[in-house]
Amino acid sequence: MAYLDHAATTPMLPEAAAAMTAQFAATGNASSLHAAGRRARRTVEEAREALAEALGGRPSEVVFTAGGTEADNLAVKGLYWSRRDADPARTRVLASPVEHHAVLDAVHWLAEHEGAEVEYLPVDHHGRVRPEAFREAVERNPDDIALATVMWANNEIGTVMPVRELAAVAREHGIPLHSDAVQAVGQLDVRFGDSGLAAMTVSGHKIGGPYGIGALLLGRDQTPVPVLHGGGQERHVRSGTLDVPAIAAFAVAAVLAAERRERFAAEVGALRDELIRAVLAAVPDAVLGGDPEDRLPANAHFSFPGCEGDSLLLLLDAQGIECSTGSACTAGVAQPSHVLLATGTDPQLARGTLRFSLGHTSTKEDVAAVAAAIGPAVARARTAGLS
Amino acid sequence: MTENLPRTARPLRVLAAMSGGVDSAVAAARAVEAGHDVTGVHLALSANPQSFRTGARGCCTIEDSRDARRAADVIGIPFYCWDLAERFREDVVEDFVAEYEAGRTPNPCLRCNEKIKFAALLDKALALGFDAVCTGHYATIVEKEDGTREMHRASDMAKDQSYVLGVLDEKQLAHALFPLGDTVTTKDEIRAEAERRGLAVAKKPDSHDICFIADGDTQGFLAKRLGKAEGDIVDGATGEKVGTHDGAYGFTIGQRKGLRIGHPAPDGKPRYVLDISPVNNTVTVGPVEALDVTALTAIRPRWCGSTPAPAGTYTYTAQLRAHGGETEVFAEVVDGELHVRFTEPVRGVAPGQAIVLYDGTRVVGSATIATTTRATAAV
Repeated sequence: MAYLDHAATTPMLPEAAAAMTAQFAATGNASSLHAAGRRARRTVEEAREALAEALGGRPSEVVFTAGGTEADNLAVKGLYWSRRDADPARTRVLASPVEHHAVLDAVHWLAEHEGAEVEYLPVDHHGRVRPEAFREAVERNPDDIALATVMWANNEIGTVMPVRELAAVAREHGIPLHSDAVQAVGQLDVRFGDSGLAAMTVSGHKIGGPYGIGALLLGRDQTPVPVLHGGGQERHVRSGTLDVPAIAAFAVAAVLAAERRERFAAEVGALRDELIRAVLAAVPDAVLGGDPEDRLPANAHFSFPGCEGDSLLLLLDAQGIECSTGSACTAGVAQPSHVLLATGTDPQLARGTLRFSLGHTSTKEDVAAVAAAIGPAVARARTAGLS
Repeated sequence: MTENLPRTARPLRVLAAMSGGVDSAVAAARAVEAGHDVTGVHLALSANPQSFRTGARGCCTIEDSRDARRAADVIGIPFYCWDLAERFREDVVEDFVAEYEAGRTPNPCLRCNEKIKFAALLDKALALGFDAVCTGHYATIVEKEDGTREMHRASDMAKDQSYVLGVLDEKQLAHALFPLGDTVTTKDEIRAEAERRGLAVAKKPDSHDICFIADGDTQGFLAKRLGKAEGDIVDGATGEKVGTHDGAYGFTIGQRKGLRIGHPAPDGKPRYVLDISPVNNTVTVGPVEALDVTALTAIRPRWCGSTPAPAGTYTYTAQLRAHGGETEVFAEVVDGELHVRFTEPVRGVAPGQAIVLYDGTRVVGSATIATTTRATAAV
């Protein structure tokens, strides 16, 4: 088996699994005042401190959520509501058109139900929002903007966004910028504190932690309206009993991801470069998606002219190579990726995409398996054509 | 049960079309059990907005797709969802509407087998390296010693679906697997087998409707597509106008209900649709005897399996509609058309439907009914 879909989810680190199982044996609600509660609370707060340090933030800036999707929804909807409540003129939402659906569908929902006027920022052919374009959109009327949201790095094509420069523009005008950093943590130098961001989404299972846990890094001056109401946990921003085992394991994974990041980026980046070379050698007309240089070190994305991505997926899967056509949610029925369409890719070409994403278990053998299989798979998929 | 699969001599790479229903799930499971390397695929076909692409992406929103995926997971095979909606719309739905508009009565299931399952899907499957497409149809493929194939009615005549498969030619049959075909069993037994195999679709109700008309209202569907076109209902014997209709396309020859004729016929007997004329938007009605047909011509004959086009006149049995009975005919090919005479008059023969010829249980071929000859000159 060659598992090359780490951007969908990556195997849990043994250290994180150990931390999690250790917590399963203990009881205690972190909101309770008795000893069991205090023990749970201590575990959560130590995890919060460790996670904050790993992500260059303060413990008070960490709001635990049940994953990246919830954190994105909380940031986008919550900040929209609070900013609009403070000034009804603020209804414009600036978003990159290449966001994950957790952001894209949330802003779409705001447009449909909450009177938001969503403005999709222009991107270049690598899918990058340029600071000049962002500045133009902001300065057209800074007063009517509720928030802006631009991901740290794209989950499909791997392009890295100039988040700090964008945040600087937003800061000049007091506009909160949210960034979905789910794919960037562990691969790029993600530090919330000096990013200038108002909010940043991170997720557990993409970095070797468990599923169902994530966090919104939230500047202390930000007061989003909650999406979930209840017991008032997490600064009254996100109610719900804290998932102590998941939080403990998430923190372990985040600390290791930060510690190992540079080495990981170098080693996995080298493997990834080898994979790109091998694929382009086997299929000379394959098109590398995203920025060839400034991209996630573990991401390789290709479009293969004249093929259905689904056909390639099936053929590679049959040989034990596990990859993706794009993001997992669009894998139900083949549709050209919104990311590729936003970068101006021809819709026919956008149907023949594959994303290989590497991770901490990737090996040279995985790359060799792709190198051997991709040429014949593309040739065969081309005979099946575009139905 | 597995010995019923043809070509079991070697394991095949099989693509199992899984609708989300119980039959295709059991068929896929039996193919696995027979030793084949099976991959499941659900065809996203319907443009019905209630079931397909309700959200922004049409991702995993279809209950049938979910059921098919669940079945594939339980069986332990890879599963994919292929979007053939555009092909389906062009080849099946538009054809269905055009046929009704032309006053004929199409069979979309047959058309789907001919154009989608054993054409678009099969072609893609073969191109991707599969050897065969497996479905949950009830029909039997017999491989003869010379390597050619015949299709026969399913052992269980009550469930036989050879009528909607009679259009398959030798190449299509060569790459088809019907693991349920030889099952002498009831639907309850298939359900029990599904239950035994841990398939949750065991209890799922059968679907009888046309898949792209979810509410079963064919007239409403056609009215939406073709618009209201009021016209006359006339008596075939007298030529007298006896009522009006909202569109001639909404009728089928032999239809009795829904004519809304104000006053009864002089003889007091019910009247039936005898003829539909889209050109002048007229529906002709008359007594039941006037439906008797003694002969017909059918176009686009396709000979099933390796059967060559028969030269001369042969005696066969014929089936004229899905779930219809058999009737004895003399058939002959004249200038590429099928000419058929009935030994006894038959009723309710609708142009557009298929006539499928059988030699005993063997499917000889299929053709589309074009014209009929009535016993009486009522129309």
